[in-house]
Amino acid sequence: MRKALIGMAVAVAAAFPALAADVGLVKVSKGSVQIERNGAKVAAPVGAAVQASDVIMTGADGSAGITFTDNSLVSVGPNSVFAIDKYRFDSTTHAGEFEGSLRKGRLAAISGKMVKQSPESMKIRTPSAIMGVRGTEFVVQVDEEKK
Amino acid sequence: MKLFAIFLLAAWLASFLRAPDKAPELFAVLPARDGHIGAIVVKSGDSEPTVINSAYGAVRVAGGRRTPAILEYSQVREMFGETLDALPGTPTSYMLYFLEGKDELTDESKRELENVFADLKRRPLPDIMVIGHTDTVGAMDFNDRLSRARADRLREMLIGLGLPADRIQAAGRGERELLVPTADDVSEPKNRRVEISVR
Repeated sequence: MRKALIGMAVAVAAAFPALAADVGLVKVSKGSVQIERNGAKVAAPVGAAVQASDVIMTGADGSAGITFTDNSLVSVGPNSVFAIDKYRFDSTTHAGEFEGSLRKGRLAAISGKMVKQSPESMKIRTPSAIMGVRGTEFVVQVDEEKK
Repeated sequence: MKLFAIFLLAAWLASFLRAPDKAPELFAVLPARDGHIGAIVVKSGDSEPTVINSAYGAVRVAGGRRTPAILEYSQVREMFGETLDALPGTPTSYMLYFLEGKDELTDESKRELENVFADLKRRPLPDIMVIGHTDTVGAMDFNDRLSRARADRLREMLIGLGLPADRIQAAGRGERELLVPTADDVSEPKNRRVEISVR
């Protein structure tokens, strides 16, 4: 009986993995937009949940806009790869951290409540630099290496 | 011969001027929609970080070297047009007020709730956050609970009006975020409120 209950609990937890760790939501999705999660790539239409450690990828015709739980807004343009390395936000104290990496392409963002509470709690890495965000609206570009 | 030397010098100088265009990385500050100019801090390697705090101020990073720059609006549009167009709509918020010490709305706010609901209903796939606040009357932990009770109550009302439960979250901020700053133990109607933010 006990085993069956535990089994059921595991099954239920596996069926709703998105509930626990959603940190954002895809609000704009144009052309090819995918999310890589645990090694698997899935399409990311409007309404798709975004979790910490997701990687957002767009094709040549793609662009995507995401709202995060602290009201940060992030968008990526065509041919972009943006990884969410770390995200946590406490809605009571507004403490948190948001670390993302733009591996290639273009990103625009408007910082949210956690940056208002503690400047530079949001950081964006590129292959050779790291940016701390004091506010509010900014853009980042990482060109592909010329061959 | 002299002409050739000048040509060489010009070509050498031009290579410096062109170099930033090939820079693989670029960071820039844009003016926000309300005109506010923010700031970013860019670090690479061991050298001192570069602070950018002007509209369209930028830094290019290439080969371990940082080069400050000022972009034109037209350059930003050309480079980031599709990216900026994908930024989701700016979140907005509404304020509703409560009776002292209770999780019950004032009569005025009960009427206002209908307008708020109509606005919320128009947004596709809304993310609604209901944040409760209190004035400074009472202990901190009592106000934490009261602010949460106000938020929960409003969340239930919005669900009762027909908004989807899974799109509405509630949180309490206690007396941490006073709309009207007061000393402790001051009854202030404007601080007894919930903020409904939607994005």
